[in-house]
Amino acid sequence: MLTRFPSQFTLRAPAISQPAAHRSMKVTAVRCAILSLQPSLLARFVLRRAVQPSSFEAENTMAFDTIDKTAKKLVLTVQDYSLFALRAFTNLYRPPIYWPEFLVQSDIIGFGSLSIVVLSGISTGGVLALQSAATLSAFGATAVTGQFVSLTMIRELGPVLTGVMVSGRNASSMASELGSMVVTEQIDAMRALGVDPSRKLVTPRIFASVAMLFFLTIVADACGIAGGGLVTVFMNHQNGTQYFSMAWEHLRYPDIVQGLVKPLFFGYILGSIGCFYGLRTTGGTQGVGRSTIQAVVTASVLIIFVDFLITQLLLTLLPPL
Amino acid sequence: MPASAQPGQEDPASNGSDPTLPAEAGPVLAFRNVSIAFEGPPVLEDISFSVAPGETRVLLGPAGVGKSVLLKMANGLLRPDEGSILLFGEEIATMPEEQLFPLRTRAGMVFQEGALFDSLTVRDNVAYQLIQERIPDEEIDRRVRDALRFVELEDTFGLYPASLSGGMRRRVAIARALIRQPELLLYDSPTGGLDPVTSTTIIELIVKERDVYRTPSLLVTHRLQDAFTLCTHRFDSGQGHMVPLPKGETDPGTTFLMLEEGRLIFDGSLHDLVTSQNAFVREFLQ
Repeated sequence: MLTRFPSQFTLRAPAISQPAAHRSMKVTAVRCAILSLQPSLLARFVLRRAVQPSSFEAENTMAFDTIDKTAKKLVLTVQDYSLFALRAFTNLYRPPIYWPEFLVQSDIIGFGSLSIVVLSGISTGGVLALQSAATLSAFGATAVTGQFVSLTMIRELGPVLTGVMVSGRNASSMASELGSMVVTEQIDAMRALGVDPSRKLVTPRIFASVAMLFFLTIVADACGIAGGGLVTVFMNHQNGTQYFSMAWEHLRYPDIVQGLVKPLFFGYILGSIGCFYGLRTTGGTQGVGRSTIQAVVTASVLIIFVDFLITQLLLTLLPPL
Repeated sequence: MPASAQPGQEDPASNGSDPTLPAEAGPVLAFRNVSIAFEGPPVLEDISFSVAPGETRVLLGPAGVGKSVLLKMANGLLRPDEGSILLFGEEIATMPEEQLFPLRTRAGMVFQEGALFDSLTVRDNVAYQLIQERIPDEEIDRRVRDALRFVELEDTFGLYPASLSGGMRRRVAIARALIRQPELLLYDSPTGGLDPVTSTTIIELIVKERDVYRTPSLLVTHRLQDAFTLCTHRFDSGQGHMVPLPKGETDPGTTFLMLEEGRLIFDGSLHDLVTSQNAFVREFLQ
């Protein structure tokens, strides 16, 4: 397991060789030609560069060093996150389990996010109805607006949109809360008092995220379909019964399964990423801000990427008719 | 001479407390050739010392020398790269985190800024460990009031840390560390950033704790005045406050350690400290 940056893995600055010096001269000559330097000046400059180590080579080496360090940092972060997420999961199988913390976090994440989920669900459903009706009318198929909105909301937009919205609100909140606790030594104090922060703080937040995102996604789906219905009836002046009957009749169990499996993964991602970046905070209050940004960006990007993987997998396992 | 002592430096064994030789009941805490680094030169190198039962050890050194790092290693919050640390006779340098939690409950720690949980009241902060152990509320309230009475802050029972002054937070942190009657107390710069009057109040509490309960402790500070006050005063239970010891007398259970650039350069009594010929010690004392 990679725990350090061993010196033998670090790319060293190569000693300047004859061909490298030659290549460096060529580059310098081209640069000088571009700058239209006088020939005598050019000759002196090229000669000097031929016997001295090239800054171009040094820049290259520095670039490689930077890439090298960044790659290792990335691998270490992925490794740390994997172990962190795994530990948070296995905590469920060993006491103590902090149920009161789980309930408090469920309230903060679930009830606290309800308003943004309802509003974004209604708006998205409405936009879908508007856009699809405009396109479908060209084919005389506005009757399938309900089917289009319900399938899109349930299979894709409901889970992803809810995941991204809730991560924007709660992954940032977790990262900043835990980050503040780190910089004020409250996490160390908790450990010194014999309490495991992973069990007390991380596991309840992750599983509250999983449970609440599941229900919030159902709410978002329902609001999206209702929003689409409102737009269909009051703005597109179509038949509401037809909209809802198309939305219902073409819905199959695989669609619902797909829509309800995704939030379980997205909830785990947003909870674990928020806690992970919060507990890795360094550098005082500025570091708390940095952790918060990293948590929201990483959670949102991961949710979209994992959505692609899960969709591909579920379409293979549960192929559409 | 222990491995940490270098030629020309003070011999830690000179005061009769050789860290490799445990006291009668064995040391409560023992560091043996401990080193640690954080992506750079070592922060602490080859540190060896011990804390015997009933002993108060004052760790001196300028800011940034690694005092807090050493203190955090004492209860396993940080792991050394090399060496061994014995806490209550158990090796904690390699002990899994899960096994460390019960051991840590036996040691109280006071952090530099108090590190109180800002979302909990003073009562819940002080009772944090008792609440985890699911002790009945009536007993928790009684013990919290006792602990707060010890630090003379009974009135803060229902307040939040945000409404307390810096000195009051430290006193609440001391109450939190004391509530389970720990077998070892670790103080991380308890008077750092406080005014002289409040600092004296905190030191008086530490002297009171030392003389009433005789809990072994390791105290980190860069304030020489606090260290000398600890050594030259005792708590008078009759008068209810700290009084100076007769001239020339010092508390025999209070001894000193000094760090310089990550190395332990002094281990001895107050007399050894003030008569030391070590250039750094002399400069620090001036």
